[in-house]
Amino acid sequence: MTLLWRPYRAFAGVRTRSQRLLVIFLGLILAGCATGPNANPVDPLEPFNRSVYRFNDAVDQAVFKPVATTYRDVTPSLVQRGVSNFFNNLEDAWSVVNNALQLKGEAAGDSFFRFGVNTFMGLGGILDVATEMRIERHNEDFGQTLGYWGVGPGPYIVLPILGPSSLRDTAALPADIRGDAVTHIEDVTTRNTLWALRATDDRADLLKAEAVLDQAALDKYSFIRDAYLQRRRNAVYDGDPPEEEPVEDAEPPNSLPK
Amino acid sequence: MHRRIFNRLLAGVAGIAMVLTIAPACAVDEAADVMIHRLSTDVLDNIKTDANIKSGDLSRIIALVDSKIMPNVNFQRMTASAVGPGWRQATPEQKMRLQEEFKILLVRTYAGALAQVSDQVVVLKPMRASPEDREVVVRTEVKGRGDPIQLDYRLEKTPGVGAGWKIYNLNVLGVWLVETYRSQFAPEVNAKGIDGLIATLVERNRANAKKG
Repeated sequence: MTLLWRPYRAFAGVRTRSQRLLVIFLGLILAGCATGPNANPVDPLEPFNRSVYRFNDAVDQAVFKPVATTYRDVTPSLVQRGVSNFFNNLEDAWSVVNNALQLKGEAAGDSFFRFGVNTFMGLGGILDVATEMRIERHNEDFGQTLGYWGVGPGPYIVLPILGPSSLRDTAALPADIRGDAVTHIEDVTTRNTLWALRATDDRADLLKAEAVLDQAALDKYSFIRDAYLQRRRNAVYDGDPPEEEPVEDAEPPNSLPK
Repeated sequence: MHRRIFNRLLAGVAGIAMVLTIAPACAVDEAADVMIHRLSTDVLDNIKTDANIKSGDLSRIIALVDSKIMPNVNFQRMTASAVGPGWRQATPEQKMRLQEEFKILLVRTYAGALAQVSDQVVVLKPMRASPEDREVVVRTEVKGRGDPIQLDYRLEKTPGVGAGWKIYNLNVLGVWLVETYRSQFAPEVNAKGIDGLIATLVERNRANAKKG
């Protein structure tokens, strides 16, 4: 019990600070709330979001992207794979809880076995033995759990540093942080190192996607927003969302044989 | 003698006529998911055996897209839905140019992904559709190393044309292409009209060509 309790208490101090930050942040959002004539219904905070996006982009170009590029170039790909596997394994542990909260028994079982197999047979998660054994991955976080129980995404929000989110996913963030095993590591140096390593690894994984985005998007901000909202909706429905009300086509189908 | 030749000729004509009537019927009989599986496997096999595509040779990729993929796509419908209400006011030339430039933009975007194909296979996911459906969704997963890639298609029935189905929307990793481009194009059309959108696409394609 003490083992579980002590790291939790260590985190309690951070919690009050993060709560204070959250209050300040929500205040900022409300200040930035503008409903112009061109306001997008999914993005009422667009002017505020765009300024946070610009800030994030500047920080990214100055710090995260160069670090991630160097990491990708100097680290052997086998090591990179091991790092991704290690953090995916921690996610699987949290997926056990969220699948259970969504009453998805089989997925919870799969996630549990994946975590067990990879932790004990895959050197603490560095090797993804479970995938070799064809145990499927069912990634679920608390935002998806809220979505499963009918909580809509709410307005789109760009969080400082963390990037694209929605009101629902932002509200789920404290739970997701608590469900993250790294949070509960008591040694500050180890904890911060792991956080930095994960951030670098995540950013490195996005380098290719970013190159595609640079070519494909006319407006990167709205492209990322629409992709994020669609992907989250897709994730809430496990890849098979119900049809949204059909948008009227400019041209009826089969109008011109090609 | 003449009669024998005439009979053979008749049999030949009858044979050709039979083939002509049966062939399209067979093609229509193919289910949408079967067609997607055949098509995507065919495209993957082509990429795997083509060193030029894997090295990112854009002209080879465009040739593959034109020969294998485009005959199975209602690209006019895709472009029209992406452009939105402004499409109706566009002249035929503007419509042609929009389709051309949009195609180049998409091919370039996906060229990088195609170059990375190695040992992937396409797996069909269960489909809910009744035989009388005129529009269906086919859901697939591309499995290789790493996480599977979700790739879904919307198809419309085109009886007697091509394989009997045409793709009019594509979903990569949970994101529908047409819906995403609709909100990319709308501000351009609203601010600068159809010609403005064409100019933006031309400019973007030129910039992308320089990069790479």
